[in-house]
Amino acid sequence: MVNVLEAVNINKYFTDPVSFHVLRDITFNIKKGEFVSIMGKSGCGKSTLLYVLSTMDTDYTGELYLSGDRLTGRSGKELSAVRNSEIGFIFQFHYLLPEFSVLQNVMLPALKLARKSTAQIKDDAMHKLELLGIGDQAGKLASRISGGQKQRVAIARALINEPTIIMADEPTGNLDSKNSENVFNILRKLSHEQHLSLLVVTHDHDFAEKTDRIITMEDGRIIS
Amino acid sequence: MNWPVILSISKTHLLSRLKQSSIAALGVTFGIGTFITLVSFMTGLNHLLDNLILDRTPHVHLYNEIKPSEQQPVELLEKFAEGINIVHSVKPRQNQERIHNALPILEHLRKDARVRGVTPQVRAQVFYVAGSIKLNGIINGVDVMEEVRLFNLGDYIVSGEPQDLARNDNGILLGAGIAKKMSLDIGDKVQITTASGDLFQLKVVGLYQSGLAEIDNVQSYTNLKTAQRILGEGNSYITDVNLKLHDLEEAEPMSRELSKQYNLTAIDIKTANAQFETGTSIRNIITYAVSITLLIVAGFGIYNILNMMIYEKMNDIAILKATGFSGRDVKMIFISQAMLIGVVGGVIGLIFGYLISVLIDHTPFETEALPTIKTFPVNFNPVYYLIGIGFAVASTFFAGYLPARRAERIDPVEIIRGQ
Repeated sequence: MVNVLEAVNINKYFTDPVSFHVLRDITFNIKKGEFVSIMGKSGCGKSTLLYVLSTMDTDYTGELYLSGDRLTGRSGKELSAVRNSEIGFIFQFHYLLPEFSVLQNVMLPALKLARKSTAQIKDDAMHKLELLGIGDQAGKLASRISGGQKQRVAIARALINEPTIIMADEPTGNLDSKNSENVFNILRKLSHEQHLSLLVVTHDHDFAEKTDRIITMEDGRIIS
Repeated sequence: MNWPVILSISKTHLLSRLKQSSIAALGVTFGIGTFITLVSFMTGLNHLLDNLILDRTPHVHLYNEIKPSEQQPVELLEKFAEGINIVHSVKPRQNQERIHNALPILEHLRKDARVRGVTPQVRAQVFYVAGSIKLNGIINGVDVMEEVRLFNLGDYIVSGEPQDLARNDNGILLGAGIAKKMSLDIGDKVQITTASGDLFQLKVVGLYQSGLAEIDNVQSYTNLKTAQRILGEGNSYITDVNLKLHDLEEAEPMSRELSKQYNLTAIDIKTANAQFETGTSIRNIITYAVSITLLIVAGFGIYNILNMMIYEKMNDIAILKATGFSGRDVKMIFISQAMLIGVVGGVIGLIFGYLISVLIDHTPFETEALPTIKTFPVNFNPVYYLIGIGFAVASTFFAGYLPARRAERIDPVEIIRGQ
């Protein structure tokens, strides 16, 4: 199978406030359609790794490939474009734009990409929202819906540009068990039905247990 | 760059903070409105004051000056060339007051491409006679219609029409000061005597008021022919030639050239009225200084509000960057917000400035000195409106640029991690 994401010998240091080796020789890959979770204690560097993989953090050594293309060393503008079209994000805190409607929040990354007409994007966005069972909330302001709904809007937004991989940082971190379950099922379904690759950083054992592969980290290293 | 998306984001940001945005825009409105009002009023006033003197001043004035010869005869003698010659009690050179060969000179000047118009004048020293009292006076014999066309004489005729003078060879446009002293009005007769004692009777066809009492108390206008008759001279007797040029800047070189060519004294407008330009430019400087200060204050307001907005919007900025908007996109979102504030505030400011200018333009302002002015003078030159909107856009751009550049540099990882 094809490697969707490949990390080779990634090292990262924090220099502030004291020099600290956060990521040590991280090498791993994710295959197409794989649902991978990263686990580890707080401070083991798993979120830091996710930010490096997400291309938002470029201060590292080593090499990063997405669908075989080398991402290391590219300009900020190119990386923005890659994030826009190839990577979908889901954060622990839902991070919607509060002044925009749910539908607009979902549409924005696609409008930025501008590969389709606005009408088409609107259709797509509606479709994604319905897929996640929140089509009826489309017209509401993003600040006016519940936490579980927000997380689903964030997932819809991550899906809108048909990315190659979805990265999530504690997607169920502050949801109750019912909503957690719900979000997991949605992600599971996406990976099964649409062969999306998923990389999820989580604390939640039950959640991780149900994924295809668990990467465990400790003190900046992958231990299993 | 995807402008529709960027603009729709900035529009949503602005509209969701309508109160803050309107206050920022109000700052610009106030600055631009004041600029327009000030500049319209100030330049209107400048125009008025300039016109008071400059518009009726010829660009080049040719006449024969009575003065001593520059070279005294003794200096021409070779015998004394080496010596120091002292001549006591030098008298002005015997010279005629009229311009020699005036008619051909006029003809020649009219053909000059630089010249917009030429008017001949005959200046006659007279006395206005009221019983046993004689008042000093000057009569200017003019081609009245040409004077109206070139030097706005019509603006200063407070009663009567210039045509009345043009039609009447015994008519006189009497200075308002003299008319008052002698209790004369249109239709009355006035007697004048010349220096040589000849007595003439003229009919008052109009009153002339320049706004400068010194002039109104002595000066009157008649037709060229009338003045020539008073002096007992023929129709080639011309004492002054006034030129109006197409380009004011040519006045000085041309006056030098004419002075040499015709051996006459030539005075150009700039030499004659140097102090007016100084006054005008100082008033302009004050106007711009005040307006620019106001706009800078408005600019700081926008800078502040955008800075605050960016603090509030840290999360949004992180989100936008995480979902694929580049730093440049984010910068443009904030710059376009600043400029939208500038354009909206600026346009409203222009409208306000215009309305206030109209109000000032309709405020009564009557003064003895300025007979033609009934309301405050206002200059509605569209150029100032362009400068105003240009300044609004430029100042808001700079006010928005610094905060926007900060937003461009925000590291999304720090924000997301900081939660």
